[in-house]
Amino acid sequence: MDPLKKVSGVVAPLDRANVDTDQVIPKQFLKRIERTGFGQYAFFDWRYLEDGVPNPDFILNKAEYRGAPILAAGPNFGSGSSREHAPWALKEYGFMAIIAPSFGDIFRSNCFQNGMAPVVLSQAGVDTILAKALRNPGYRLTVDIVEKRVYDEEGFSESFEMEPFRLESLVEGLDDIGHTLQSVDTIAEFEQAHPARW
Amino acid sequence: MPKTTPKTMFEKIWEQHVVSQEEGKPALLYIDLHLVHEVTSPQAFEGLRLAGRNVRRPDLIVAVADHDVPTTPRDTEVVIEDPIAKQQLAALSENTAHFGIELFDMYSPGQGIVHVIGPELGATQPGMTIVCGDSHTATHGAFGALAFGIGTSEIEHVLATQCLVQARPKTMEVRVTGELQPGVTAKDLILSIIGQIGVAGGTGHVIEYTGQAIRDLSMEGRMTVCNMSIEGGARAGMIAPDEKTYEYLRGRTRAPKGDAFDEAIKDWNELATDEGAEFDALVEIDASEIEPRVTWGTNPGHVATISGNVPSPEDFESPGDQENAARALEYMELKPGQRITDIAIDRVFIGSCTNGRLEDLRAAAAIAKGRKVAPGVRAMVVPGSTLTKKLAEEEGLDKILTDAGFEWRSAGCSMCLGMNPDILSPGERCASTSNRNFEGRQGRGGLTHLVSPEMAAAAAIEGHFVDVRDWEPVEA
Repeated sequence: MDPLKKVSGVVAPLDRANVDTDQVIPKQFLKRIERTGFGQYAFFDWRYLEDGVPNPDFILNKAEYRGAPILAAGPNFGSGSSREHAPWALKEYGFMAIIAPSFGDIFRSNCFQNGMAPVVLSQAGVDTILAKALRNPGYRLTVDIVEKRVYDEEGFSESFEMEPFRLESLVEGLDDIGHTLQSVDTIAEFEQAHPARW
Repeated sequence: MPKTTPKTMFEKIWEQHVVSQEEGKPALLYIDLHLVHEVTSPQAFEGLRLAGRNVRRPDLIVAVADHDVPTTPRDTEVVIEDPIAKQQLAALSENTAHFGIELFDMYSPGQGIVHVIGPELGATQPGMTIVCGDSHTATHGAFGALAFGIGTSEIEHVLATQCLVQARPKTMEVRVTGELQPGVTAKDLILSIIGQIGVAGGTGHVIEYTGQAIRDLSMEGRMTVCNMSIEGGARAGMIAPDEKTYEYLRGRTRAPKGDAFDEAIKDWNELATDEGAEFDALVEIDASEIEPRVTWGTNPGHVATISGNVPSPEDFESPGDQENAARALEYMELKPGQRITDIAIDRVFIGSCTNGRLEDLRAAAAIAKGRKVAPGVRAMVVPGSTLTKKLAEEEGLDKILTDAGFEWRSAGCSMCLGMNPDILSPGERCASTSNRNFEGRQGRGGLTHLVSPEMAAAAAIEGHFVDVRDWEPVEA
């Protein structure tokens, strides 16, 4: 995984609560057996009309927000299904950081596994960011993961919490499995002490 | 001797599975049972291969084809018209064969929805840690196991190490006092709980369901409750094991046999939360006040009672919730104040890991017996497993349901998420016993209302929602 220390750039505002992973990547696109190729289907049912034409009313289709590396959204973003296809799709679409007042637990974990930063700010902080990005397309933010701080050039600044081990894995781009495999003797001892019943 | 600190069931199971933990870091947690299906596993197996890694404990994995499988008859070869679904099912077969993992494929008598067959096999047992790349893994918590959904990267981690790096979640007790009234089911209970705590109310927590109404539930009912924990934001839900749990497991293929079973019960009896143990949060709910429930919106917290009306956005306090409700009403093509019983339906789906077990099919059949599905309504019954289907057929439930005009299909996830050919068309309105009424979940533009199997069957017959408490059985 590539290390992720800081994300700076345009903010795409998705001012909706409870955006579930079925919306992020609808089920008909979950049948691929690769980790790639999902970006084109991100938010598919919102992004495209039934005849396949881009929906002009969907905010992320507006030219000013294209290529934005930061997504700001309402509370409980990524709730529902455990599909890791959701962060795969968002990352391939271009997002490296997602800012929301809260996240679904499994989605949040899946983001870290893919070197993306799910950043929890206060509702007021997210509301400010959404308002600025809606009023002023092209509005830019910096998410500094090392400093655990989100700020813009107009004086907005808010700190966020992130568990040290999550932060470390993002900043260092760590491979969890490689790390755990270093404890293989401890795992073997545990298995000997706790034989499975079946 | 000092008394030991009282512990919750979650704490006991967690502590028994910590392989190692450094100060200030998450635990390395041992996983007793890893359930695998075709949709979330291919990339994990691919990752293993690319890194030249092996599966550590293939003997602790059960794999099954459930999400993509058509529910048409399987006595001859099933034609899968979707080439990508076909490829995904083939990948599961290849990966499990390559790494020596037991697979229940579409034609196996043990096939079914992963969360239905785990308990059926007796693979799901109290005190275990159980994971699966599926958010409804909490179902298995009904047996007093710590069971939760994981992503594909975590699947790969468990395949390689049989462990998972996990930060310890918080605990929440949901205490359900009183008794459920006749005609009110486990589904109505969990929908009420979600309505009360909200779809993010359990985020960061493991829920333990306690209280008389929970003890009174059958194992099937307990699975329905735990299954939908994720719909309240909680990654896991659990219920202390008791005699019902043990009777359910006794004699099942993977359950301990003979003396080993009695020994296991002694261990399992130690799991229950100690008197005086503290949870981080407590929610109380009175079961006797619960009515049959119908969701009106686009998340499982958007829930009304059968005697109630579709709410108005103004009924909600925060501007965010108001906006959310307005959006949901627009998507669902409903008007504020509309009576729930006036909502007409086009489709009915009875099945899923929430309500696709034998008890659910019996409940639907009891409602349908001697009646007919309303003209213009298409009603499907999809047993949760091939074994459930067989047992239901031995009881004649298939006959009752098909005589009433229901379709009787082969086992799988089916129209709960429509990854197979079973989907809603745009604008079709469905009474569904599944777990999610998200936009487009059952098919793009499909309108889903979540209900119990009884309520779904009754809606099929009347063509609109009705109160099953008013329902009189037809004399045979």
